Amino acid sequence: MGERLTTSTLLVTEEDEKKHEIIRAKGEGKELTKEEKQRLRKEKKQHKKNKKDDRGPPEKEKEKEKASVPAPSKPATQSPAHKAAPVPVNASASESPVAAEKPAKSKAELRAERRARQDSERASKQGKKEGGQQSTSSKPKATPNELQPVVKRLPDHVQVDDPVALKKLAKKLERQQKSGQGCSLNITGVKVPLRSDYGYKVSLFSHLHQYSRKNPPTQQISIPVTVIHPSIVRLGLQYSQGIIAGSNARSVALLHAFKQVIQDYSTPPNEELSRDLVNKLSPYISFLSQCRPLSASMGNAIKYIKKEISNIPSQCKEEEAKRILQECIDSYINEKIILASEAISKYAIEKISDGDVILVYGCSSLVNHILCEAFEKQRKFRVIVVDSRPRLEGREALRRLVKKGIRCTYVLISALSYILPEVSKVFLGAHALLANGYVMSRVGTSQIALVAKAYNVPVLVCCETYKFCERVQTDSFVSNELDDPDDLIVTRNGKTHLENWQTVKSLGLLNLVYDVTPPDFVDLVITDLGMIPCTSVPVVLRVKNVDQ
Amino acid sequence: MEKDTTQKLVEYFRAQIREDPDVASAVAAIRSLLEFLKRDQSETILGLRENMTKAIQRLEETDSSVAVSSGGELFLRFISLTSLEHPDLSQCKNVMIERGELFLKKISLSRGKVGKLCHTFIKDGAKILTHSSSRVVLKVLENAAADNKRFTVYVTESQPDSAGKLMAQKLHNLNIPVTVVLDAAVGYIMEKVDLVIVGAEGVVESGGVINKIGTYQMAVCSKAHNKPFYVVAESFKFVRLYPLNQQDVPDRFKYKADILKTVKDLNQEHPMIDYTPPSLITLLFTDLGVLTPSAVSDELIKLYL
Repeated sequence: MGERLTTSTLLVTEEDEKKHEIIRAKGEGKELTKEEKQRLRKEKKQHKKNKKDDRGPPEKEKEKEKASVPAPSKPATQSPAHKAAPVPVNASASESPVAAEKPAKSKAELRAERRARQDSERASKQGKKEGGQQSTSSKPKATPNELQPVVKRLPDHVQVDDPVALKKLAKKLERQQKSGQGCSLNITGVKVPLRSDYGYKVSLFSHLHQYSRKNPPTQQISIPVTVIHPSIVRLGLQYSQGIIAGSNARSVALLHAFKQVIQDYSTPPNEELSRDLVNKLSPYISFLSQCRPLSASMGNAIKYIKKEISNIPSQCKEEEAKRILQECIDSYINEKIILASEAISKYAIEKISDGDVILVYGCSSLVNHILCEAFEKQRKFRVIVVDSRPRLEGREALRRLVKKGIRCTYVLISALSYILPEVSKVFLGAHALLANGYVMSRVGTSQIALVAKAYNVPVLVCCETYKFCERVQTDSFVSNELDDPDDLIVTRNGKTHLENWQTVKSLGLLNLVYDVTPPDFVDLVITDLGMIPCTSVPVVLRVKNVDQ
Repeated sequence: MEKDTTQKLVEYFRAQIREDPDVASAVAAIRSLLEFLKRDQSETILGLRENMTKAIQRLEETDSSVAVSSGGELFLRFISLTSLEHPDLSQCKNVMIERGELFLKKISLSRGKVGKLCHTFIKDGAKILTHSSSRVVLKVLENAAADNKRFTVYVTESQPDSAGKLMAQKLHNLNIPVTVVLDAAVGYIMEKVDLVIVGAEGVVESGGVINKIGTYQMAVCSKAHNKPFYVVAESFKFVRLYPLNQQDVPDRFKYKADILKTVKDLNQEHPMIDYTPPSLITLLFTDLGVLTPSAVSDELIKLYL
């Protein structure tokens, strides 16, 4: 405890001790004496004053105070919480129930001040909804505090049609580049770029971003880029241009980039690695989500890394800590992705019998792996690859399977009902599995599941457990991703009909990336834990949480 | 030497079934396995487990029902789930035997528990349809009758072994009005009945059931008529299978054990069981409680993981 030298952090520790004291006192059934209450109030006031000067870890404290307003204004408090970077939300999730015990003892004036501030903020945010999607790291926030019904709102980066939310997002990005420096440097001008939307958006999806591949986010970054690590810049570019696609590939690339970041990281003086590194990662994550919205698997990976970083003991030396983190990342990739795919192949191969005709859609690394393994184990089957525009990912899957020697047929998704009578099983990959059993996957998957159900063909979804996410979604509108609309423009025989689509005011091009499939259409989910029905996803999530 | 012991095991098993025809085959199997465990001579825990696994396989060859396989596997898991940290093998064996006795006691009571849970769903004046001969369904109807409820029962003949006629006889002895119908008359009779109750040979991971052939048909009919379809089963019948359709059920369960050994071309044989998917089942009554099909997976995860 003695290593923390900044005043704000000192006060934090003192606050912690006070809180413990209060909890102990309460536990013993004693009332706080008047002096103790006064002392607490003084600490708080000083705290706030210091915060205004030093914008070190400000979000946490603001969080705490705001959270300490009593229950009815809880919905409003959650939103400033969401404004803050993901990390403080995690910490505040544990602190806010604790801090919430104090207001019962605080003085009325402090409360009135806060109330006034809250009312003004609430007035400016009327009529917005917020989902629980805030880069899945806000998941822990939702679960412990669900005693009162909280108005869930969509995170800011998904509320594109609201100018106020956009302004907040821009401010947040600006703040992040300053906070990421700790208290030593003070570099100006470099900020996490805010990408602007491109083209007319279909009204149902106007709350989502739509970027053009021709305007990469890196154009707005000036050189030298001292805030964002070059491997992260490269990663962001690879995401936005579609060079790295597919949820496993994206997660693995992200983890490798983070390994590089950790390697090059050096703790600034007067800072602790476990706190500072997490703060350093936040602008990187914002940058990456500007390049391309984070996937559920990436979100879970980031949560894991942040947890590991904050669990580094304070007396650990920097080299040792870095080594531990590298090992953690390696073991995560190995366990959750590589070994998981081995386990899944083992279960899946039991389900493939000789003479099967298997239908696959698009290019899922896991499904391809399963089919190649089954072929090596001398199973006799043939594959039908279904593909769809504009990504035409099926061609990559076709290439890999044919190279192995598997007999394949290739159709476009419009021919689905034509070939389904021949099919005995459908194997699908997943981008994420939601808590209510819905499968989020490449657009077109739910169509395939629906038609397969109509033909009574069993549908099997293969998904590693690290892609399980606590979000709940029943339709594909509320949270999705819009790809570059120019992808839909095609040139045939020298003629490009949609070339000037922007000039036609009433024309919108919609290039959706994901859709959700209800659990009634899915017969079986194969995970590394075994074969489960689609409705048992929350059970697995519960078991995983117990393990952690 | 090994053949000798497994031979004795099979004889003991057969004797159990002969003496008490009312006992579930899985319970008889587990009793035999417990006896086998007591008489086993192996030196190491691993050797013990191997012998047990071989014994279970031997029993499956004798009676190829799903219940024997699931009961055996659960028994093995239950007795080895404790900490076997004692240095002395005989002490470990004693612990295992104790747990085995405990398991046996629990499952002997499970049929009674199921009966108690289910009979409240039978209302006065109800018309019940059931399939083939199930001792658990018999227990349920017994409890309902003892509760002074008036109801009538329709039983299908259930060819090829006419087990339905046996069930009708037993119900007649309980003074319950019963009618035997043809297997083909299920669609005809469905509009008259209020609910359908069947037993199960095995409950699979998806929440579906494996039961005597003809059950799937009955389930589809009851769904078409919107009649509730209830399944009663003890928890030791939960098995780690996940069939996707009728083809996916392993051959070793579909046919009787003797046929599997003698016949070469199974395509000529008629399967004895079929698979009913969970979408057609309303509720499952087990000694773990009244479950929806999707909750079965939850329970299985608890039992097996």
